[in-house]
Amino acid sequence: MIKTIIDGKEIEVERDRWALDVAREMGISIPTFCHHPALQPYGACRLCVVEVSKGKWRWLTTSCDLPIREGLSIRTNTPEVIKSRKMALELLWARAPQAECIQSLAKKLGVERPRFAVRDDLGKCILCGLCVRICDQLIGVSALSFSRRGVERRVETPFGKASDSCIGCNACVEVCPTGHIVSADRDSVRYIETWNTKLDMLLCDVCGKAYMPVKEFEYIKNKLGKEISLEQVCPVCRRKQTIVRLERATATKENNVNLVSSHLTYEIDSSV
Amino acid sequence: MRLQVRKENLVKLASPEQLERYRNKLQAARRQDKPCITICGGTGCRAGRGLDVARVFRDILKKKQFDRRVDIQITGCHGFCERGPLVVIQPKGILYVSVTPDDVQEIVAASIEHDEVVERLTYKDPGTKRRIFHEMEIPFYANQQRIVLANNGKLDPANIDDYIAVGGYASLAKVLTRMQSDEIVELVGKSGLRGRGGGGFPTGHKWRACREAAGYPKYVLCNGDEGDPGAFMDRSIMEGNPHSVLEGMAIGAYAIGSDRGYIYVRHEYPLAVENLVIAIRQAEEYGLLGNNILGTDFSFKVRISRGAGAFVCGESTALMASIEGFSGEPRAKHIHTSEKGVFGQPTTLNNVETWANVPLIIDKGWEWFANMGTKTSTGTKVFSLVGKVKNTGLVEVPMGITLRHIIFDIGGGVAANRSFKAVQTGGPSGGCLPEDQLDLPVDFDRLTEAGSMMGSGGMIVMDDRTCMVEVARYFTHFLSKESCGKCTACREGLLRMYELLDGITSGRGTIEQIELLEEVGLYVRDNSLCGLGKTAANPTLSTLKYFRDEYRAHVVDKKCPAGVCKELTTFDIDVKMCTGCGKCVKSCPVEAITGKKKAPHSISQDKCIKCGMCRETCPFNAVITL
Repeated sequence: MIKTIIDGKEIEVERDRWALDVAREMGISIPTFCHHPALQPYGACRLCVVEVSKGKWRWLTTSCDLPIREGLSIRTNTPEVIKSRKMALELLWARAPQAECIQSLAKKLGVERPRFAVRDDLGKCILCGLCVRICDQLIGVSALSFSRRGVERRVETPFGKASDSCIGCNACVEVCPTGHIVSADRDSVRYIETWNTKLDMLLCDVCGKAYMPVKEFEYIKNKLGKEISLEQVCPVCRRKQTIVRLERATATKENNVNLVSSHLTYEIDSSV
Repeated sequence: MRLQVRKENLVKLASPEQLERYRNKLQAARRQDKPCITICGGTGCRAGRGLDVARVFRDILKKKQFDRRVDIQITGCHGFCERGPLVVIQPKGILYVSVTPDDVQEIVAASIEHDEVVERLTYKDPGTKRRIFHEMEIPFYANQQRIVLANNGKLDPANIDDYIAVGGYASLAKVLTRMQSDEIVELVGKSGLRGRGGGGFPTGHKWRACREAAGYPKYVLCNGDEGDPGAFMDRSIMEGNPHSVLEGMAIGAYAIGSDRGYIYVRHEYPLAVENLVIAIRQAEEYGLLGNNILGTDFSFKVRISRGAGAFVCGESTALMASIEGFSGEPRAKHIHTSEKGVFGQPTTLNNVETWANVPLIIDKGWEWFANMGTKTSTGTKVFSLVGKVKNTGLVEVPMGITLRHIIFDIGGGVAANRSFKAVQTGGPSGGCLPEDQLDLPVDFDRLTEAGSMMGSGGMIVMDDRTCMVEVARYFTHFLSKESCGKCTACREGLLRMYELLDGITSGRGTIEQIELLEEVGLYVRDNSLCGLGKTAANPTLSTLKYFRDEYRAHVVDKKCPAGVCKELTTFDIDVKMCTGCGKCVKSCPVEAITGKKKAPHSISQDKCIKCGMCRETCPFNAVITL
């Protein structure tokens, strides 16, 4: 355990913990776009910058990938830090003008409008890399990557074509902060438009609705191994099954007549 | 490109004593008085038909049956690139410049058959107008202190025997037999050697940290990704003396406890790759690389990793990612690469020139090295002196020498005797310094204080016809294309800086935009993830610091004082100066100039495309810019 000072408050933490995490635990608010607690820090969006002092040295750096070491003193909201965050937001706004989350955060910090020519050809992507990283680190499929370099950099499937490796889990959709990644289910097919990828979906054995891409099911089944059997039941129906099982397991003579499950039939009942 | 690979009888040197015996044998066999025609085979002289010159020498000597009496040696870059192709007749040291294949006959007749000199092919001092025959008396060379480049004109990089004959691998043998690894680290530390790639980090510190890091295997890497436009120091060392780098790396590996390494060479240096491959192969054949070097327990294997056209791969963590097979993308360096570098292992990455200094320090001692240069920047530095200077080429000087000395005493001053405006040092990471900074000593710290940096050694001289705003635009454009694109600051910041600079140089700029440009520049400097981004604003910020008036002229007066930015320049002929010689008429690509013979000419503004050729051509300075 070592001592560090954040915003004037001394605190004891484990060496090498990320400064962002420690600050947030202290109740300090630091904005981020490319950070995710389940992924390795990336340091790309530059929003979480803080001012660090060590001895006579003072510099700005991102807090998400700053390990707490001996002698560090951190300030999270100096005028310079705020100025940096404003510029980062201004630049991102000009890059992705349709991304609501950037505009709202920018306006909150006092940026009225970007002073740069706005680009309308890049969609809402701010190259935070969350989709790439979640697909690689958490899901383990690596269907997405960055292509090209500099301002031309973009997130793509190989050659922009429909991906063979994608399992259609929609993790990228969930994690995208701007809503750039779009996915819709229609007629038992999942269309992840942004990646030109279509996937056939499995139908629920109980209600018959399409609920999961076949590839995702296969992927999970393979990961779990041969001993585990996996039923093809959608989350809604599974929930109902679970209620029934739970109540049957906890049923007594007294509450028998009020069993919820006796009212349940295996019917499509979307209100449950 | 045909290789000159001599067939050696396979030598395996199984002990340091065998190496010394072999060296003595080589030196005895090379009679010191036997004439040797050394021809520069660096990329620059090759482009000027240097290999054809060599071929003609070979043919003529054979025809005259002189080939036993006279040696021919194709060497690495000599450095005096402005005057290539270069030929030096040893042992006398007679230098012939700008040699063409047609001159060879005359040279053989004079310098080989008789003891004469072909005067018209020797160097003529532009000041004194005197001819100087001896290479080392020419001011360009006389004012240098060549230790790293000392052997560049004296050995064939494709022949390991040449390197051994001039003392090569003696330092490695010394280290393996008489020194402990921690001793070596301390010696390098005491010498004061600092990284020559631009960072200037103390090499001893770096080696110590890696030596103390836990883990096996450890790696030594050589950064041969030299990407600064106009810089070719590392290229000439890799091409011209590859063994000096290999020997340095082997010594470093022994010092930190490594048994393997990579040389990362940029793809655009095919001759360097070729010569390194040959050198590695020959060194392995001789038992100077590979398993059980010189019969000791020490093994060291080196492989070449080629770049793929990305400037950012010169950044240490991006370079390592590239070697691992990933895209060259830097990462934050809170955990040093000496602890966790390539493949997650302890790694020592040094620049080509840094490695080349190591065998010299081992051989001659840390005091010898520390006595050169300044207290905090010891030793020498190789610079590529290019741009509007009379003597372009590669120069090696002790640290602490002034910019003025390099540009005027060695470089011969500004080309075409125009007036000096600025010198750009440190490539795209550096800045421009004006005339009143010329007496700054060149070392790691002083130039940085002034707003530039020494960088890896690129030095571009600029005259009064260089537009400093255009210079900023050029470098910013380069950097915006080379940025890896990972972090917001560099990717978006450089794009917007380029847009602003493009607007200013096209006549669409405003004062507010200059202020915005500076604001974004400071943001990029303070918020970028890696060294590329952190230094990317230097060209812009340094020109704003020293040449702000020029920026103002572009946006307020809508004029380009240097006469470069086309939308802001008008070419005109001063009728008082014009003699009507008509040279400009011939040079104009669009026939925009008219006039009678011996009468003042005029330029049609409708036709003029602002190329500036008339101004370049006019011998009377009659073409002016409005």
